[in-house]
Amino acid sequence: MKCRQCQKSAVIKMERHNTSLCGGCFNLYVHDQVDRAITEQKMFDHGEQILVAISGGKDSLALWDVLIKLGYRTAGLHLDLGIEAYSEVSRKKVETFAASRGLDLIVHPYKEAYGLGVIEIAEETARPACSACGTMKRYHFNRIAMERGFPVVATGHNLDDEASRLLGNVLQWQEEYLEKQSPVLSDEGGTWARKVKPLFRLAEREIAAYSILNRIDYIVDECPMSKGAKMLLYKDILNRLEEASPGTKHKFYLGFLKRPRAATATAKPVDLHPCQSCGQPTPGAVCGFCRLMQRVTP
Amino acid sequence: MKVKLYHPTREIILKGPKQVAVLLRELNLPKEAHLVICGDELVTEDLVIPDDQTVEIRPVISGGE
Repeated sequence: MKCRQCQKSAVIKMERHNTSLCGGCFNLYVHDQVDRAITEQKMFDHGEQILVAISGGKDSLALWDVLIKLGYRTAGLHLDLGIEAYSEVSRKKVETFAASRGLDLIVHPYKEAYGLGVIEIAEETARPACSACGTMKRYHFNRIAMERGFPVVATGHNLDDEASRLLGNVLQWQEEYLEKQSPVLSDEGGTWARKVKPLFRLAEREIAAYSILNRIDYIVDECPMSKGAKMLLYKDILNRLEEASPGTKHKFYLGFLKRPRAATATAKPVDLHPCQSCGQPTPGAVCGFCRLMQRVTP
Repeated sequence: MKVKLYHPTREIILKGPKQVAVLLRELNLPKEAHLVICGDELVTEDLVIPDDQTVEIRPVISGGE
């Protein structure tokens, strides 16, 4: 198979674009898609310093790699979730990546901070593991960004993540979530750090290919807590649709973004004020993270 | 050929030569959810893998939340 751009040997065929590309042309494609996402969605500019949430998986490490190559000022944030061997390997991958490129990295280990890892916290609060983990991640991304003066937090969410989230939200008619689902979440006038997803135009397979081609050493193993997670089921269903009809995921998610939100716009503006416990902005008296931790702290 | 697989991590031996697309189909692994690495290189689905080669079939799907 030949590269459609330059006729060298192709390394990847992308059915959704009806094209095949060599390594060099594929890298240009990935950089272009990220650049386009950042520009079109007004995510950030070269004057801002970006905190990149780095898990040690392919998406976040590829994101960091691309942002550096596009000339953005970045630092990495790794939350060590305290999931035994999985977290140890993940942290090692992140630290090695940062050290090899001379990048600034902030590591926040849960076990040192709270005496418990995310599994124990989920168990003690009887919350689904991914739900407790999500609450904790969102809290720390925002808190650490605000404390350290980063206006933007970038995460490695890709097209498959967003399309599967959209499918889940539609299947359950989560109208409030549908209204909020976007590659950019506003900083609400400086109350939060702005949350952005610069990989939303790229399929999970394309990001894995980018990581392999660029010799990015990421953790291939699944998070042990994600077994049986609904998102994985939705991704599987969407991939079956994609194989039967290439471009389905792209049309589904990007089509959603182009549609007016008025039909689902039911939520009233949220009145935010400081959490009574930690001071972070929250619509309630106590934020979700502090409510979670109150249930595990004696 | 030797084939490295994940979830769980294991190696199996299959008779080659075999085209990448055929290999994935026979193992019932969706193309959209996997990449094939032959030696050290990413390869496309039309490539025929010789019998004496080692390949890795890497899943690309991750995430729970």
